[in-house]
Amino acid sequence: MSGVLALLGGPRSAALHLGLIAVLAVLQFVLAEYHHIAMSRILVLACFAIGFNIAFGYTGLLSLGHALFFGAGMYGAGLAAQFLAVAGPGAFLIGLAAAIATTLIAGAIALRTAGVSFMIVTLMFAQAGYLTVYYFGAYTRGDEGFVVDATMRTLFGLALNDATVRYWIALALFAVCLVGALAVARSGLGRVLVAIRENEERARMLGYDVYRYKLTALVISGAMAGAAGAAYGLLFGYVGASFASIQYSILPLLWVLMGGAGVVLGPFLGTLAMFYLIDLTSGVTTAYLLVVGLALIALILFFPKGILGTLREKLGARGASWLP
Amino acid sequence: MDFGPFFLLAAMEGAVGAAVLAVTALGLSLVFGVMRVVNVAHGEFYMLGAVIAWWVTSLLGVHPALGFLAALIVSPLIVGAIAGAAERLVLTRIHYDPEATIVATIGMLYIIQQAVLMTYGPDARPVQPPFDFRIQLPWFGYSGYKLFVILAAALLMLAVWWGLTRTRVGLMMRATQFDRETARAFAIPVDTVYGGVFAVGAMLAALGAVLVTPIQQAHYLMGHDPLLLSFIVVIIGGLGSLRGTVLAAVIIGMSDGIISVFFSPTLAKIIATLAVAFVLVWRPQGLFGERPA
Amino acid sequence: MAALDAQATADAKAPVLLRTQGLTRRFGGLTAVDSVDFALPEGEIRALIGPNGAGKTTFVSLLSGRIRPSAGRVEFDGRDVTQLKAHARVARGIAYTFQITSIFKAMSARENVMLAAQRRLTQGLLGPSEERLRAEADAALARVGLGSRADEPAGALSYGHQRLLEVAMGLGLAPRLLILDEPTQGLSDEEIAAFIDLVRDIARQSTVLLIEHNMQVVMGLADRITVLDRGAILAEGPPDAIRADEAVQRAYLGG
Ligand SMILES: Nc1ncnc2c1ncn2[C@@H]1O[C@H](COP(=O)(O)OP(=O)(O)OP(=O)(O)O)[C@@H](O)[C@H]1O
Ligand SMILES: [Mg+2]
Repeated sequence: MSGVLALLGGPRSAALHLGLIAVLAVLQFVLAEYHHIAMSRILVLACFAIGFNIAFGYTGLLSLGHALFFGAGMYGAGLAAQFLAVAGPGAFLIGLAAAIATTLIAGAIALRTAGVSFMIVTLMFAQAGYLTVYYFGAYTRGDEGFVVDATMRTLFGLALNDATVRYWIALALFAVCLVGALAVARSGLGRVLVAIRENEERARMLGYDVYRYKLTALVISGAMAGAAGAAYGLLFGYVGASFASIQYSILPLLWVLMGGAGVVLGPFLGTLAMFYLIDLTSGVTTAYLLVVGLALIALILFFPKGILGTLREKLGARGASWLP
Repeated sequence: MDFGPFFLLAAMEGAVGAAVLAVTALGLSLVFGVMRVVNVAHGEFYMLGAVIAWWVTSLLGVHPALGFLAALIVSPLIVGAIAGAAERLVLTRIHYDPEATIVATIGMLYIIQQAVLMTYGPDARPVQPPFDFRIQLPWFGYSGYKLFVILAAALLMLAVWWGLTRTRVGLMMRATQFDRETARAFAIPVDTVYGGVFAVGAMLAALGAVLVTPIQQAHYLMGHDPLLLSFIVVIIGGLGSLRGTVLAAVIIGMSDGIISVFFSPTLAKIIATLAVAFVLVWRPQGLFGERPA
Repeated sequence: MAALDAQATADAKAPVLLRTQGLTRRFGGLTAVDSVDFALPEGEIRALIGPNGAGKTTFVSLLSGRIRPSAGRVEFDGRDVTQLKAHARVARGIAYTFQITSIFKAMSARENVMLAAQRRLTQGLLGPSEERLRAEADAALARVGLGSRADEPAGALSYGHQRLLEVAMGLGLAPRLLILDEPTQGLSDEEIAAFIDLVRDIARQSTVLLIEHNMQVVMGLADRITVLDRGAILAEGPPDAIRADEAVQRAYLGG
């Protein structure tokens, strides 16, 4: 039992994170239909952001290509369901495997660079992936995308187009990713990742194989992104090229920056906040990307630690905060 | 058409694309070379240049040649002013941190693009070419304006080269590029140089776009491809090397034009983006750069 | 010089832990380390001295694998490690503490040392327990005299204490060879005295290669001294012989 508590970062942290999952479980009985659907989407996209945070927030790897991993998961699952007639769980696993394989290959190459070069290489890989979707337009139907057949969208007999089923599955995936991220952050692995972010040369001279650790972080990150992509495609039934576009590499960055990079709850909070920020401003403008742009600049200029990063600094005055 | 003339046509189209690309990429390369930052909003400055060109010509409503000339002057000036302001307001405050700058310029990208969408709208609009004569070749006629674009681009690049190597301002830029701290010690106003370089980089993008508007219509999403191609060119040419940039622009522009005619343009772009990634990984000094000792 | 060589053969009884042959590193036109043949017997405290820019840091960086040699080879514990990456050499037991303080500033002093111990105690995928790691870290911190500062963020420690934290991280690695690059820079006189005792203590388990400008520390600690000048070994021998060596005096006094 104490092992589990330690994994969750001690009693306060365990209470906070498990409490959030419980609140979200109850919330679905309260939420109005619009918010109910919105929350299912937010939960899935938050998994994408949680994955991004493992690479960016903890390891300091600023990838501009995570759409490639999200897209690999989505297309892996969607195409399997559509053309191989693999239903729910099988399609999800195929998507997950595709994302992991893609991350492994792209990461192994991109990690030979660092900093700005790493950003550009990942951006280019993702762009190549996006164009590949077009190149195989006969199957993917490019921009237009395709609707995943409802008969393939089942999980152990439950229909995925049922809103309640969808919410539960989204929440389950979210819980797995959140607890997984918490465990990584609190483990020896997490400590090494942060060490690499803080001072790579020092970590190397403590005997850590920095390249291998970075690749590990990236694969965990890509797996979560891919799981989110696969789930998104299967739960909401649509697979399209826009999900593989640059925009979907920028969005997780924005969500993580807003919620707080390197904080386990940051990605969820950022995804939630950004969703409702765009929702609120949609009365003023339909050009929601304008809000995205303004938010990016405002965060970088005035709020680089994001909501929870700033809060954590206030909580733990001397770097020994309990908020993981 | 036979293969020979067809190839000639493809090559000429490629040369026009290469000329515009060279001017645009030169701007990106200049900013990277001197400031060591990547400007992701470069493509949007290009788009802004084209949209303002349309706006100037249609607002003036004079003879196409006059209107075009006005656009050629006004558009880069406005774009330069906007870029300069953005640099003062944002980039100076994040101290040109390379990663933060990329995030900030992504923000600028969306702001400019969506602001244009909200004001200019989603339509594509043409600018009339300043003159209208065709050169008659034995196999096909060819737009004289397109040849003018090649000439103008060449002149522009000569002007940039002259400005960098023969003027005091250019000297300051090169000194800053060589070593920021030493330049500061020699009383070179490094901050002003940075602001200026960022503005000039954007102006080059705008100039490339003004040249292109009579051929290609102005549209709020048109910045995407030039950005990507400029990235490709700057990286393959060797980050920060102006000579490499021009050389790479000619090669990439020509081959992009030719491959797109004969093969799938999507495949051409996939190959080009992957090539860039591999160059950055295995030959970070670019194809034309010397490996540093 | 003849006297020095005789001394060298007399002392070379312990097995050699580290040996270099023709080790060379060039930076452009500059040869920072020039074809150095060097041998360090197990259990010794060896001081490496030389004027600024002599190539000391570059030399030990070649030993630890932080930079690659232009030519030559490095042998550790009888095996050729020239091709090994830095992290793999650390795993074999070569630890390096940086001349320019390099720590994890945002982490507590304890976590800095825990990181050092963690890799050593990790077997396969299974890491050590947090309690075990803490105990190891606190012990190392206590040895360098930072026991009471374990919870402070490393970046908030004074410069001298950050130097000691570097040493504690070196201890956390429990290395066979500990390379210390000017560890006493910025320490007070009392701290230096305590440091001398500490290194004597460390030397009971590890071989120590110490780069140092403070002659009091060098003379007080070193079994033998190697003098590096312009990338090459100028002299080598016990402290008294080095003190009397004319060439060394010339190099230092700029004769
Ligand atoms: N990365 C590098 N690139 C170019 N030159 C270098 C590099 N590192 C060291 N040098 C040069 O190599 C020579 C040896 O430097 P090194 O740091 O090894 O000297 P040192 O003996 O440790 O000096 P100090 O006592 O000042 O620490 C110096 O001339 C230095 O300028
Ligand atoms: Mg040194």
